[in-house]
Amino acid sequence: MTPLLSVKDIRKTYGSHIGCTDVSFDLYPGEVMGIVGESGSGKSTLLSCLAGHLEPDQGAVNFDTRDRGLIDTVQMSEPERRMLSRTDWAFVHQHARDGLRMGVSAGGNVGERLMAVGDRHYGDIRSKAVDWLERVEISETRVDDRPSTFSGGMQQRLQIARNLVTGPRLVFMDEPTGGLDVSVQARLLDLLRGLVRDMGLSAIIVTHDLAVVRLLADRLMVMKSGRVVETGLTDQVLDDPQHEYSQLLVSSVLQV
Amino acid sequence: MNDQAYNFAYLDEQTKRMIRRAILKGLAIPGYQVPFASREMPMPYGWGTGGVQVSAAVLTPEDRFKVIDQGADDTTNAVSIRSFFQRTAGVDATTDTAEASVIQTRHRIPEEALREDQILVYQVPIPEPLRFLEPRESETRKMHSLEEYGLMHVKLYEDIAKHGHIATSYAYPVKVEGRYVMDPSPIPKFDNPKLGNNAAVQLFGAGREQRIYALPPYTDVISLDFEDHPFEASKADHACDLCGSTHSYLDEVITDDKGGRMFVCSDTDYCEKRQAEGHTGRRSDATQLQEVGQ
Repeated sequence: MTPLLSVKDIRKTYGSHIGCTDVSFDLYPGEVMGIVGESGSGKSTLLSCLAGHLEPDQGAVNFDTRDRGLIDTVQMSEPERRMLSRTDWAFVHQHARDGLRMGVSAGGNVGERLMAVGDRHYGDIRSKAVDWLERVEISETRVDDRPSTFSGGMQQRLQIARNLVTGPRLVFMDEPTGGLDVSVQARLLDLLRGLVRDMGLSAIIVTHDLAVVRLLADRLMVMKSGRVVETGLTDQVLDDPQHEYSQLLVSSVLQV
Repeated sequence: MNDQAYNFAYLDEQTKRMIRRAILKGLAIPGYQVPFASREMPMPYGWGTGGVQVSAAVLTPEDRFKVIDQGADDTTNAVSIRSFFQRTAGVDATTDTAEASVIQTRHRIPEEALREDQILVYQVPIPEPLRFLEPRESETRKMHSLEEYGLMHVKLYEDIAKHGHIATSYAYPVKVEGRYVMDPSPIPKFDNPKLGNNAAVQLFGAGREQRIYALPPYTDVISLDFEDHPFEASKADHACDLCGSTHSYLDEVITDDKGGRMFVCSDTDYCEKRQAEGHTGRRSDATQLQEVGQ
């Protein structure tokens, strides 16, 4: 089986400071991978490198494209990479404001990706937008409202709808539940889990919240100071952490 | 005779050469916004500083120059730019579209079909069609270079979602030769069909934004739309009250404070010519015409 994403020896430094280094892994279709670690451990840098927002200093990010098989997206031309990022890839930002157009209605936000890949039939675009809003539990009556009138949780769900409307195969998520209160988090996680299972998505989720990865991720990567210190199945890593930092991380979770 | 204190057409020769280079590049890549070193002109930004510089660069002593402002030859902007070039270039001015060889326009295309020996110069306030959708200039340039124009349709989508139809009625975005999306300056969308396959050279100058772009003669220009909401060149559903024309773009003129109004051609030269040919409208004989609009 070919991996959907094959990461080889990624390294990104900021001057003499290491962002992340020596990261290699394979992600298979339908698999959800969690990346956990404390602030500054390089997990967001790694995600930006994978998603093409940052150029890594060395290493390769091979993606299994539909037409040409495994291709290194780092070496890819920019138009190709941008095309990938609006068709086969999706990126869910921590702050919905970064991923949404706040001056454009919810329907327009969802429709943008469709129009970007050449959809030119208003009726079709609109019905797809409405369909997706319903799938993320936003009422059809809100389709013409701007995201600025939405609550934080709704904005985040709208961002997810906007990203998934073109049927991507790989979703990058950067702290998708950060900044939301726990009950909204729980709903969002439930929704995400449903979507990931239904659509057979592969995803890479960066978070510092162990509950999120416990619920969503099949596999876990623990990062510390820019390096991967432990990898394994989620339950295995969380229940029986081997590395001292993983142990610290797991034991730091507050029990209610 | 032109004012000896100025070089021909106000700008110095080096500046005109620089502008001509930008114009040639613009003509070579229809719809592409060419940066140029816009000069300070003796008028405020927003009054046509871009158009004036382009006109200055293309004028020759033999040219006959016409300026229209929203179709009219006799408004402040038109009169002052016309007299500016009469004084600094000594060129003949005219209000007759057919006689003019260079026409500087603000927000209209003349009703009369243009010829191959004519140049139409537009004054452009904001050349970037994506500006209000994506405020980052670095990003819009990238979108132009990579031909990522999905965002332009988001604007039209928003129109339909809000108003039930494409409510953008001026500065309606067009795609040039299947490549660049271009802002045709704030002309009414009624004029959009005249942009494409036009015999005249069309030059666009934006002074504050320091951009020049162009449409060479007979260029393919398509107004963006949706399959189920096609582009429509709309105008007021009336005939001109002075010349009776049913196929020209109309201005609405308020005539009193009791709800009285009339519709007149926005292209004054076209309207006058038709009246001279004997065409009449609903209010041609009304005595108060001298006081209103005209």
